[in-house]
Amino acid sequence: MTLARLKEILAGEYGRRVVIGVPYAWLLAFFVVPFLIVFKISFSEVRFSMPPYAPLFELTEDGAHWRAIFNLGNYHYLIADSLYIATFAYSIKVAAVSTLICLAIGYPMAYAIARARESTRNLLLMLIVLPFWTSFLLRVYAWVGLLQNDGVVNNVLLAVGLIDQPLTLLYTDFAVYVGIVYSYLPFMILPLYSNLEKHDLTLLEAAADLGARPMTAFLRITLPLSIPGIVAGCLLVFIPAVGEYVIPSLLGRSDQLMIGRVLSDEFFANRDWPVASAVAIVLLVGLLLPILVFQRYQNREIEAARR
Amino acid sequence: MMSRGRFRKTALVVGLSFLYLPILSMIVFSFNNSRLVTVWDAAHSPTLKWYSALLSNGHILDAAWLSIRIAAVTATLSVVLGTVAGLVLARFGPFRGRALLAGLTTAPLVMPEVITGLSMLLLFVALEHAIGWPDGRGFVTITIAHVTFCLSYVTVVVQSRLAGFDDSLEEAALDLGARPARVFFSITLPLILPAIISGWLLAFTLSWDDVVISQFVAGPSASTLPMVIFSKVRLGVSPDVNALASIMVAVVALCVVCSTLWMRRLERRRQLEEQMARAAGG
Repeated sequence: MTLARLKEILAGEYGRRVVIGVPYAWLLAFFVVPFLIVFKISFSEVRFSMPPYAPLFELTEDGAHWRAIFNLGNYHYLIADSLYIATFAYSIKVAAVSTLICLAIGYPMAYAIARARESTRNLLLMLIVLPFWTSFLLRVYAWVGLLQNDGVVNNVLLAVGLIDQPLTLLYTDFAVYVGIVYSYLPFMILPLYSNLEKHDLTLLEAAADLGARPMTAFLRITLPLSIPGIVAGCLLVFIPAVGEYVIPSLLGRSDQLMIGRVLSDEFFANRDWPVASAVAIVLLVGLLLPILVFQRYQNREIEAARR
Repeated sequence: MMSRGRFRKTALVVGLSFLYLPILSMIVFSFNNSRLVTVWDAAHSPTLKWYSALLSNGHILDAAWLSIRIAAVTATLSVVLGTVAGLVLARFGPFRGRALLAGLTTAPLVMPEVITGLSMLLLFVALEHAIGWPDGRGFVTITIAHVTFCLSYVTVVVQSRLAGFDDSLEEAALDLGARPARVFFSITLPLILPAIISGWLLAFTLSWDDVVISQFVAGPSASTLPMVIFSKVRLGVSPDVNALASIMVAVVALCVVCSTLWMRRLERRRQLEEQMARAAGG
């Protein structure tokens, strides 16, 4: 009896709400609420206690009133100390340059795959995705062995006689670019491919019939049509790369850190949770616009798959 | 000028070499005798000594076992939650809060890991302070954090798969009087099974691979395999990590090939059944 009633409830409007409510509840509890906590702590003062920050609302000494302590000091500290501004600027520069290199390498590859024969296309796609399934950390680590002074790259260059002194490659900006491009390249290629694959090739034929040279046809037809793919690929690389932590830690300079590392150092080494939270909020606000643009693209892409 | 076919082939060959040569070099040097990872000791190589060193390293094996358990639980929970979320977004039509749910499921895809890690840790600390749970950090907190970012990937995969099918079969079953739950288990679920399998594998891999978020939420007692590797390789190259990488590449390659073949078979059988059903329905 009760079981039948339960089934009835689950089948109706209530059931619908329960089904919607389950993922909603999870994401609210473990994605939205944590951000609110970070936001809150970014206004606290650091304190030697556990947890090491002052509460925002405190009873006054006489115990009669609540007092709100809303402290902008952490944000002021970030602006006043040129170290943080330089770190933000450096992170954005590294992410932007890496994104452009990814685009320059990924576009021709995506194009080649999209125009390949159908049978080879799936194989090529699998080859692009396969490294993604193997550990990201280990793939970054592989470059340590390749780039160090007695590493493979230097040994090869010495052996063929292009250089007579080993180049300093590891722990430089160059190494960080290599690491980011290497790790994120599939994220550039896949959205580009899914865009390029959908193009109507008769447009190119028409252009050729009308006397357009292949390069002109590419610049006037293929490139404009592929802009949504370019935007999606660039955002998929750029946004996570700004906050990248592992790659600069393993391959990058020690005199210029990226913002992800600074956040983590503030938190773990300095135990300054409020400043770490403020860094996270500033980073998040800076990335909000790209994240929203990416979400619009992503949702449109899924809707477009509907037949 | 290069012909267009040549240009495309060059782009692919150069790009794929870039992707695969580093992995290849790791595998080659895992058989190298010398401690200096990058100098090939031709007299005593190839050797399996780094592999045997690895397999007798209890610390690494413990960490690997913890990572496997976390990844398996994460993948399973993510698949359940992600499938529900994907179903809701693809099939439930408009409802209040739909845009927010869509936003919440895509945001973790690009969110920098340090932000996710920090926010999850602060949540756990605040919870522990307020209600005494979670009591210490380890398996449970790492798993919750992993599920939160992995479920987004499953949602996207399931949602795209569902968007590729019209809902006429589901409508028909509902018209014939089947309850929504029955429709889900006998029609929708078999349709999206390939997406669920790839979603599970994806979530497993992402969890297995994660180092940044784990480092934030792990607490002092629990170390996952990526955390152990990261602390090792921060100090420079070490040959047993090369051996570990080679084993992982071999396992992954095997899994990917098998699952691709298996999913192709599933897909073919489903298409056949659908054709037969449509033929029988006239």
